Amino acid sequence: MMFNTHLLSLLIWLPIIGGFVTLGLNDRGAVAKWLSLFVSGMTLSLSVPLWTWFKSGTAAMQFVERTPWISTIHSEYFIGVDGISMPLILLTTFTTVLIVIASWSNVQKRVAQYFAAFLILEGLMIGVFAALDGVLFYVFWEAMLIPMFIIIGVWGGPRRVYATIKFFLYTFIGSLLMLVALIYMYLKSGSYELAVFQRMPLTLHEQTFIFLAFFAAFAVKVPMWPVHTWLPDAHVEAPTGGSVVLAAIMLKMGGYGFLRFSLPMAPDASRELDWLIIALSLIAVVYIGFVALAQRDMKKLIAYSSIAHMGFVTLGMFIGFQIVANTARTSGIELGIDGAVVQMLSHGLVSGAMFLCVGVMYDRVHSREISAYGGVVNTMPKFAAFMVLFALANSGLPGTSGFIGEFMVILAAFKANVWYAFLAATILVLGAAYTLWLVKRVIFGEIGNEKVAALEDLNGREFLVLGVLAVAVLLVGLWPAPLLDVMRASTQHLAEQLLLSKIPL
Amino acid sequence: MQGIYLTIALAPLAAAVIAGLFGKAIGRAGAHSVTILGVGMSCVLSFYVLYQFLFNGMPAYDGTVYTWLVSDGLTMNVGFLIDRLSALMMVVVTFVSLMVHVYTIGYMHDDDGYTRFFSYISLFTFSMLMLVMANNFLQLFFGWEAVGVVSYLLIGFWYTRPTAIFANLKAFLVNRVGDFGFVLGIAAVLRYTGSLDYATVFAHADQIAAAQIQISSSITWPAITFTCLCLFVGAMGKSAQVPLHVWLPDSMEGPTPISALIHAATMVTAGIFMVARMSPLFELSETALSTVLIIGSTTAFFMGLIGIVSNDIKRVVAYSTLSQLGYMTVALGVSAYGAGIFHLMTHAFFKALLFLAAGSVIMAMHHEQDMRKMGGLRKYLPITYWTCLVGSLALIGFPGTSGFFSKDALIDAVHLSHRTGHWYAYFCVLSGVFITALYTFRMFFMTFHGQPRMDHHTQEQLHESPWVVTLPLILLAIPSAVIGWMTVEPVLFGDYFKGALHVLPANDVLAEVGEEFHGSALEFLWAGCKSLPVLLAALGVLTAWWFFLKRPDLADAAERRFKWLHTILVNKFGFDWFYENVLVAGARRLGGGLWRFGDQIVIDEGFVNGSARSVGWLGSVMRYAQSGYLYHYAFAMILGLASFLMWLLWRT
Repeated sequence: MMFNTHLLSLLIWLPIIGGFVTLGLNDRGAVAKWLSLFVSGMTLSLSVPLWTWFKSGTAAMQFVERTPWISTIHSEYFIGVDGISMPLILLTTFTTVLIVIASWSNVQKRVAQYFAAFLILEGLMIGVFAALDGVLFYVFWEAMLIPMFIIIGVWGGPRRVYATIKFFLYTFIGSLLMLVALIYMYLKSGSYELAVFQRMPLTLHEQTFIFLAFFAAFAVKVPMWPVHTWLPDAHVEAPTGGSVVLAAIMLKMGGYGFLRFSLPMAPDASRELDWLIIALSLIAVVYIGFVALAQRDMKKLIAYSSIAHMGFVTLGMFIGFQIVANTARTSGIELGIDGAVVQMLSHGLVSGAMFLCVGVMYDRVHSREISAYGGVVNTMPKFAAFMVLFALANSGLPGTSGFIGEFMVILAAFKANVWYAFLAATILVLGAAYTLWLVKRVIFGEIGNEKVAALEDLNGREFLVLGVLAVAVLLVGLWPAPLLDVMRASTQHLAEQLLLSKIPL
Repeated sequence: MQGIYLTIALAPLAAAVIAGLFGKAIGRAGAHSVTILGVGMSCVLSFYVLYQFLFNGMPAYDGTVYTWLVSDGLTMNVGFLIDRLSALMMVVVTFVSLMVHVYTIGYMHDDDGYTRFFSYISLFTFSMLMLVMANNFLQLFFGWEAVGVVSYLLIGFWYTRPTAIFANLKAFLVNRVGDFGFVLGIAAVLRYTGSLDYATVFAHADQIAAAQIQISSSITWPAITFTCLCLFVGAMGKSAQVPLHVWLPDSMEGPTPISALIHAATMVTAGIFMVARMSPLFELSETALSTVLIIGSTTAFFMGLIGIVSNDIKRVVAYSTLSQLGYMTVALGVSAYGAGIFHLMTHAFFKALLFLAAGSVIMAMHHEQDMRKMGGLRKYLPITYWTCLVGSLALIGFPGTSGFFSKDALIDAVHLSHRTGHWYAYFCVLSGVFITALYTFRMFFMTFHGQPRMDHHTQEQLHESPWVVTLPLILLAIPSAVIGWMTVEPVLFGDYFKGALHVLPANDVLAEVGEEFHGSALEFLWAGCKSLPVLLAALGVLTAWWFFLKRPDLADAAERRFKWLHTILVNKFGFDWFYENVLVAGARRLGGGLWRFGDQIVIDEGFVNGSARSVGWLGSVMRYAQSGYLYHYAFAMILGLASFLMWLLWRT
């Protein structure tokens, strides 16, 4: 059955083709909106079977499609998903529909192009998560930058040019080093298949270079301290939809890259250099936590909060080596990786929701400054309820998705070393401090000024978007078991790969 | 029985959801009916469960409701452990909650947030039940944080008041500092026992006791001490122990019903409950218990002192709560967990009563809370007066009242204990009795006796509160008066807590106390009447009467004479000042500094823009090489050739 065997291709190409058709609509904005809603809705519904038909007992790639592509370099059109990439694809399709709905009436210029950019971006991002061939991955990875670059550069704020160039150069320089690593491994193995890369023996020396090359690409994307400063600028200048995609999905590419490339392809180097990642992750949690406290711009604050939360992702992935080194046992490795993946998914929901909340206010007041608000709850009680919920989720409240990943990573970190857990757990205080202080200044209090007094509460469309996200945040928070069940075989497989040395004897 | 347990927990949740989401549709009466029905159902069923334990010898229940997640071979469940400890807590929580629900109909009558308030307090009841019914650390933490959030929402219930939204943020953050320790404690438990379920953890407590934890390359600590101290930090946050107590007085910014329910009777006792629940772990660490003892006695004594100088009726009761929480913590510290829980129970009744009575006064006074503007309210509020008297007597430990039994047993237990710090603790709890009586009756006399000091307009409109307010007062006054008498024999001297609380035989001071009185309440009462605490309490009441009723000028003179002491107390020992001006301001300054220096100057200006600029600079320098003049190029060629030749010559 074609549908069955080409499901992933459909998910990749339907939004891309739909995007180009939308692009052709040019000045017929209304049609473009409905078309992009239809396309993204279709993509979302098509991604549901990806979950329901997924066989969770195996770490093998599923929904695999494989045909020769560029035969001169033995590159193939080779795609498939496992328990780690499948939920990320679902997050992508889910988020894109919400972005289309949320952006419905707050874009004035070049409407068709705006929606087209998001559709194309969606297809490319799914491609990144599905690609099992190095060249294919690299093409999607770099192509993804183009629509994002355009989204910030065309529909962005006043300093958008600085932000786009910073964003582009940062990520592009990192990616080029990754390309070098990919080519090196191809020259050694004669194939671009990722599984081959994961299996091929490499000396520690080679692995170290490969690890550092990947590190350059992924650390920028995550982003890890100190290569994080592009993110606040990009977020501040990006339109709401751009911020949501950036926070919810693009940052996850970095985490995904560590899981798919760095850890299994260079396990020995990962073990040797785990101190680097752990140190940078903990700096992200503590340093960035303090920096977030000092922000006066809502989007910047949430951007910094994202960096701190992504610190848990990288910490959870690499903590396993320390657990083995310090306890001589492997129990805890999977806990860390599972925690990292859950944290990525949850952060997608929560930070996306937070940026949407800022967007709702920005649409009305046209300011992102915290001081331009105050007492929003008086005029927007429904909105305030959502914002408080998401803020609590961002503070890692149990019962919301934000808790799970942090909790698991702290539990795993403690197994490795008390101090890792100690530093990581500071997010309980710092995260609550910057998030709820934001809520206090923006949402609570007397009505701050006449603009706030004139605010209108959520309309039906906004209510729908935030409501769906709220349900998702609570659902995942209250019952994450199905998610973990889907991931289990893949994280177990990854944990085994970590422990196997690839150094040739 | 599982169906009953689920109903107990979920009925308030369902009611909260209905009142919260459909408050507009069902209206005010709908909202209070549905929540009272939900909590009432829980309350009746909780009593039924307790009845089954007491009279039908029902065994404890430990079962899973659903699997939250499985990772790394570790199963994290949501499940219930219903034993005599949780059954007692369930009854206390649901009963006080029910009373508060009814009371709220009167208290919040004119408030715009009526339905929202009912939704919150029902949600709180659900969260608190999840906390006490948990059979594992995960759910405990869920309930722990959930009650914290509802407390946050309720302290900031009047969200336009700057003081309220300051207080709720403060409360949440201080609690988070406690939770920080709590999470590390849970992580330690998992590391050394491989499980988060109570039963497994307690069964493997010896594994924690055997382990050492590496703090640095040269320092190792016994893991059990580390674990217990971390868990206790969590308890310090929630149960407001020094130095994490600062949020509780400020939490009085919330409406009075929740001060009674959350910040006196239930949530703040969660830390006490937790430590008692973890008694199999705490028993293994003398160091941890000593710390608990010292922190508890410090709180009991010093927080009581502040109560003497406070003029806000609610704050007096709040400081009294802090002090009484200190008493409970002291009980835990001497391994008299049963006494701690027993005092928790009696305190829940009489302190909820005192808060609700204070609320009734505040209503009558048109939301005036300053006791200096009260006085002589006795004749206007007779029911409030008499119930408040019962509550006050219970609080000071008047012989025969519930507070007498719980506090006296506790003090006797401290007296018999040999734990490090017991002398300090004994001094604190004994002098605390005097202080308690002093501030309690200072409040009582200033409010109800003497000359009316309110303005004429207020005085004209003074009248007793409606029955929805007075009925809960009466229903709470009854247990405040008699519950100690009725239950002291089985709960403290009997084996009520057998299997639920774990005490090493060598530490069992409570059994010694029981033996002294042959397990008889009557003997205990008789002995107590002649004991030092009762004498001190009487002295305290007398002092209050003399200073604040008979000769108020003496109080003013004393205040002037001991100005320095008064200043220290009014400034609450400077904790707030230190936290706000040093810790919070420091954190903000550090954040700003890291941002401006680290992010903006070093990383952005230095590395990012710097590398862009250096490329630009390189380009501009290189441009001179491309001048277009032939002789420049020729000269460069000659120079290059020459240096190349030189190099070759030098090599050979």
